Amino acid sequence: MPSRAETRGPSNPSMLSRIAASEFTRDFLSNPSAVAGAIIIVFALLVVLIGPHVVPQNPYDLKEINLADAYKPPIGFAGSSLKFPLGTDNQGRDILSSLVYGCRISLFIGIVGVLISCVVGTTLGLVSGYYGGKLDSLIMRIADIELSFPSILIALFMMSVFGRGIDKLLIALTAVSWVVYARTVRGDTLGVKAKEYVEAARVIGLPDRIILVRHVLPNVTTSIIVLSTLNVGGFILAEATLSFLGVGVPVTRPSLGLLVKNGFDVLFSGYWWVAVFPGLFIMVLIFGINLLGDFLKDELNPRLK
Amino acid sequence: MINYIIKRIAHAAIVLAVVSVVIFCLTTYIGDPVNMMVSEKASAGTRELVRQQLGLNEPLPVQYWIFLKNVMNGQFGHSYTYKIPVIGLILERLPATLEMVAVSIVLAVVIAIPLGVFAGAFPKRGISRIIMASSLFGASLPTFFVGMMLILIFAVNLGWLPSSGRGPSSVVMGVRLSINDPAGIRYMILPALTLAFANLAMLIRLTRAGMMEVMRHDFIRFARAKGVSERDVMFKHALKNALIPVVTVFGMEIGSLIAFTTVTETIFAWPGLGKLLMDSIYASDRPVIVVYLLLTAVLFVVLNFIVDMLYTIIDPRIDLR
Repeated sequence: MPSRAETRGPSNPSMLSRIAASEFTRDFLSNPSAVAGAIIIVFALLVVLIGPHVVPQNPYDLKEINLADAYKPPIGFAGSSLKFPLGTDNQGRDILSSLVYGCRISLFIGIVGVLISCVVGTTLGLVSGYYGGKLDSLIMRIADIELSFPSILIALFMMSVFGRGIDKLLIALTAVSWVVYARTVRGDTLGVKAKEYVEAARVIGLPDRIILVRHVLPNVTTSIIVLSTLNVGGFILAEATLSFLGVGVPVTRPSLGLLVKNGFDVLFSGYWWVAVFPGLFIMVLIFGINLLGDFLKDELNPRLK
Repeated sequence: MINYIIKRIAHAAIVLAVVSVVIFCLTTYIGDPVNMMVSEKASAGTRELVRQQLGLNEPLPVQYWIFLKNVMNGQFGHSYTYKIPVIGLILERLPATLEMVAVSIVLAVVIAIPLGVFAGAFPKRGISRIIMASSLFGASLPTFFVGMMLILIFAVNLGWLPSSGRGPSSVVMGVRLSINDPAGIRYMILPALTLAFANLAMLIRLTRAGMMEVMRHDFIRFARAKGVSERDVMFKHALKNALIPVVTVFGMEIGSLIAFTTVTETIFAWPGLGKLLMDSIYASDRPVIVVYLLLTAVLFVVLNFIVDMLYTIIDPRIDLR
């Protein structure tokens, strides 16, 4: 189990030192792949936060784009320009700059999407597990039906109904991923509900809302953390796939997946760099998230310890 | 057993009813099919007439009821773009997709099971660690990126394999297949490999986890003690018991395999169902979308059922009641 410092709030003055000395930190530091994953994620966050101020171009600003710069190859190939280290696309947009701005959109969808589906799924799971009865069976039947179909197909169908858009992507991806949270949290809640402290809380007359938030929720967070980490990767991958198929983000807000699609259209003309760099970026990003998620899964699972 | 089967069928019927309502209602919001049917200069009157003919002016429940009645009579409607019965269109495209899925499953199983067995039987060896690290890496690769890189390397740069279309095919027992044509196989390799890739990592991990679990048991030690060769211990004694979770999860994954044919078929311009679905979505060809999704739903319900039945064959101890 993680040290208790993980679940306590910041009210504890020695929290930092306790985290530093905890078993969790020791395991993390002695696991090279977890550290590598964390480094990749921190790097991606840095790219998103300070990247736009560093890169040479704002790919959305038409004034900064020059069509004469179209299809410049990356540095090291004939005809390249130092101004565009990773080359340019058909509009003369710098690939490196597009990557930075695209990564912002991909990560935004990944993180915000996971937060939304985490809140929706956890709430439904808590309610479902705590109250039981008709509401529980209704929620779980919907979950069953959804789980019997591949989520990417459901999301694809929803996006073709809604049309392109970041907000619509968030809705479609939430609609397919709340299920996992609801199921897991419901299972955990059933276990916690039977504990004496929950019964005690009920006996002293605390309202259900308080019991759920203060007594049940803190005891189901472990599963939520693991699920969420891995889910960020899944969200980015799903978004990229939908955008690649042309039903994801709008063309004016290209995410990494849409950048790959744009590049794929000119792949056969020999302009490989337009698609390959965004693709590599997605790959490394998701690999990093999976490395960290894998570590958390093993670390926070008491059965494996 | 019979009771169980009846219960499952009733459950499946309810699921399909709900799913059909949801799909039918939502699909009516996809684009405006009238735009696809008439020329841009058509007058409002012509448009109205087409709407009338397609029955689009009826209230939604009436439209659904008509659709349901037609389906019961084996009428699945006509495609707006191709002007032919949807069911014919789907049956025509089905073999291409099934063929690709089958080849990719064979590829995935042939590559993944031995690797997973090895990594599970000898988890401490360096090679096992490399297998596991690469499988996690493989799981991070988006399908479209794998397909694109394969095209870039083998089609664009090396020029060894074709990158789009289905190539020559011949009719075997009334079904058009390209697997029995040496030239057709060349067209098959890249898309099937791309699709197989999506499941490789998962299959390796599942097999390994199952093997690690089984190798601890006494009957493995006993088999070794009685002098069974290491290969037989691994593949005959251990693998058989490690396969249960593999079959379960993989059975369900066949579903997502079919979902991912939309991606591979789009990349490789493979004329199968996945490409048909994407083309129909771009063209707001509602009848095709509805029937495709409904048939997929039926397929899933059947697949889940088969997977459950397979348990009892692999492990007779499992009692479905």
